[in-house]
Amino acid sequence: MSVAMSASDITRALTRISHEILERNNGSHSLTLLGIPTRGAHLALRIAGIIEGIEGAAVPVGTLDITLHRDDLRTRPPRPLMPTKIPRAGIESRSVVLVDDVLFSGRTIRAALDALGEIGRPKDVQLAVLVDRGHRELPIRADFVGKNLPTSRSQEVKVHLSEIDSLDEVLIEEGGTQ
Amino acid sequence: MNKNIFHLKGGSLASGEKRDVVISEGIIKEIGVSITSPEGALVLDVSDSIILSGLVDLHTHLREPGKEDSETVRSGSRAAAKGGFTAISAMANTSPVADTAGVVEQVFRLGKDAGYCDVFPIGAITQGLHGRELSEMGAMADSAARVRIFSDDGNCVSDPMVMRRALEYVKSFDGLIAQHAQDPTLTLDAQMNEGVVSSVLGLKGWPAVAEEAIIARDILLADHVKSRLHICHVTTAGGVEIIRWAKSRGMNVTAEVTPHHLLLTDELARSYDPIFKVNPPLRTEKDIMALREALCDGTIDIVATDHAPHPAESKECEWQEAAFGMLGLETALSIVQKTMVDSGLMNWVDVQNRLSIQPAAIARYQSQGLEVRVGNRANLTVINPGKSWKVDRDLVASRSRNTPFHSMDLPGVVTETFFNGRATLLRGELVQEMSS
Amino acid sequence: MKHLLSISDLSKSDALGLLDTATELARVSDGPMKKLPTLRGRTIVNLFAEDSTRTRISFEAAAKRLSADVINFSAKGSSVSKGESLKDTAQTLQAMGADAVIIRHGASGAPHRLAQSQWMTGSVINAGDGTHEHPSQALLDAFTIRKHLSHGENDLAGLHVAIVGDILHSRVARSNVLLLNLLGAQVTLVAPPTLLPVGVEHWDANISFEFDDVVGNVDAVMMLRVQQERMQELYFPNAREYSRYFGLNRDRLKKMKSHSIVMHPGPMNRGLEITADVADSARSVIVEQVSNGVSVRMAILYVLLAGAPIEMGSLL
Repeated sequence: MSVAMSASDITRALTRISHEILERNNGSHSLTLLGIPTRGAHLALRIAGIIEGIEGAAVPVGTLDITLHRDDLRTRPPRPLMPTKIPRAGIESRSVVLVDDVLFSGRTIRAALDALGEIGRPKDVQLAVLVDRGHRELPIRADFVGKNLPTSRSQEVKVHLSEIDSLDEVLIEEGGTQ
Repeated sequence: MNKNIFHLKGGSLASGEKRDVVISEGIIKEIGVSITSPEGALVLDVSDSIILSGLVDLHTHLREPGKEDSETVRSGSRAAAKGGFTAISAMANTSPVADTAGVVEQVFRLGKDAGYCDVFPIGAITQGLHGRELSEMGAMADSAARVRIFSDDGNCVSDPMVMRRALEYVKSFDGLIAQHAQDPTLTLDAQMNEGVVSSVLGLKGWPAVAEEAIIARDILLADHVKSRLHICHVTTAGGVEIIRWAKSRGMNVTAEVTPHHLLLTDELARSYDPIFKVNPPLRTEKDIMALREALCDGTIDIVATDHAPHPAESKECEWQEAAFGMLGLETALSIVQKTMVDSGLMNWVDVQNRLSIQPAAIARYQSQGLEVRVGNRANLTVINPGKSWKVDRDLVASRSRNTPFHSMDLPGVVTETFFNGRATLLRGELVQEMSS
Repeated sequence: MKHLLSISDLSKSDALGLLDTATELARVSDGPMKKLPTLRGRTIVNLFAEDSTRTRISFEAAAKRLSADVINFSAKGSSVSKGESLKDTAQTLQAMGADAVIIRHGASGAPHRLAQSQWMTGSVINAGDGTHEHPSQALLDAFTIRKHLSHGENDLAGLHVAIVGDILHSRVARSNVLLLNLLGAQVTLVAPPTLLPVGVEHWDANISFEFDDVVGNVDAVMMLRVQQERMQELYFPNAREYSRYFGLNRDRLKKMKSHSIVMHPGPMNRGLEITADVADSARSVIVEQVSNGVSVRMAILYVLLAGAPIEMGSLL
């Protein structure tokens, strides 16, 4: 087990991502952040906080649970549903930034795009992730990446966030069976 | 080797005395210690076993005529032999109903032809079991079948006037009225014992009082007209109390309990498996304890099986669509051993009394239920009480499979049954052909 | 969890999990996302051996919102009403590849028979069996109570619910007594003694014959439908007397606590167990029970069918 990102690494990465989002979208006026539960939702809140600090105005932030759209439901026991909270302004004609902790196969993001499609038609959809560990199974890429982390398939990437795990860190564990 | 000479070696009588028994010419030829085997005798080592007077059942449903897919007189007789019975009493609720001399003689003759045990037909009390007009009980009594027990079993003779007349009428030929005690209006569409379990399962309740009210009424009626009354399958603690009261007053009433009511409770209905659906219904633990005590102290005179075969489709369905009834002949003695002997309530003399001597006396079956004595007809049952067996519904001799005891381990293996001196069951195997 | 036969099969966390799932699904359904791909490719059979349009439609809507294929197998004109055995029906459904059977049946325990027999391998969901249980109704009732009286979360501890009417023949009452207790609520059954089962004293519920003594002390009043034919069966003398003692009318409504709600599983006999003005009053959540029914039934289907199939070795 090794530490891939420390608490300060995570804070720096999120700050950088926040700046990149603002730069790419010419400010925050058309932005909507949607975090993918569980940890993506907390990351989205943090990014929203940083952006508000920079811009001086609140950015709409919500959560998007993708469980009902997963293509691997039948491989595991039923999972509890997480909250989906779409900001009042909705997503119509907004620039939606999906936020997740780890980008791996890309299947979660595919499900998120499907879920978004049911809700409305955003102007565009971007993707921010704390860690990109490679091994994509679908043609999906992230627009904003905290850290590119080369891994083998047998390794496991664990993101801990202080909101639920009592501290911030990203770990790589060996031999986790997929 | 003469196939009808047997030397039962080293067994115990019901009393526990170790005795050899020799059977020949249809009778018990010799009883003694270390007898020399007669020439040509088949010697059977029964040193771990008990030799009882052949079992007599006063309550058997054979389904012939009418429903031969569930049971015939022959298949039921074979089940009886396997369970240690040498006499059974065929209930009248066949199709057509046994309410004429013709039907009872047919059943009687089928029993003779099968040859595994005495089959004594029971005659219907009322025509078609409808509870209105009396059937030709005199003609049935006079017939070749010599019917002495009359019952509408399956139905209760609920009209008190009809019941009174029936009780009076059978006095002239020493008949016995066997009542299925179930008030019909209190049990309309009833499915199981009314109590905690029925309330939870949402199955319509069958109150104990529906049975007890009829028992009380009929005891008073029988006493009033000085006739003989027999109460079929008593199931409730309250019914036991009423019968105990009647007997203490010297009233002429006898009663039976089934093996399944000595063991199984209504808790089993929680599975909704209709294999446990039976009439009268399985009751509670408290009732079971009262029934065992009553059988022990003689308040209940006998055990009767209420053997009720049904085809698979009558049980492979919803509970309320299913037929009432369970098989009993092949498991009866084991259940009695388990509930009454192994529990210390009764000894084997009591068992012989309750399953052979008393039932034969109540029914006036002269050649049955006789003590194991030299010169008596050789109707005998040999049981090894130290061995146990697993009930398998696919291995029953009955034509149906509806035993509630499937896959249960039971004590007591019946190894031999002798009917009129001939083995019907030998070393645990049915003798394949008995008709002579 | 493979089947939903009785509330007694559920643990408290199972029940809360179902309610939480229903809460999320209600949120999704309230939004623009009307249809979800979750159960795409799964076949669900509505086996209704007894007429019940509202329950059938509710389950059908739930299944379709989750993109399951729904086959309706109703009583009228089907083999079920022509005396085909449950076994043959089940084997037919098995051959058709049903992943789940939602069964409404007049015989208590029919869903248990389906689930415990070797006749079919799919999930069995009890949509009301005889006078036994109606678990999905109890779950939607609990969902509705929780939404109004417990901020839509956690259990129902501290709440007191009266169930009024024909307890004896009510599958809704049996499931509700079990579930409300499981979730920590207190239950009082109000009925004439003829309409309470023998053995009810062993249930986890208070018993009262006096509606007026109870109506002011509870947080929810659940009225049960009274079948007209019960009068012929001597359970009570006539409709007028029943309404006088056990009906919910304006006078009794006035005695209720200010926050308390009026419920009814439907269909109602207006004028018998509930007056029209009470049924349509602001306290009444009867219409809402119906819409909550879809979310709760979606949750049941999700929990039973969305995950990995339960291992089965018996049939094949």
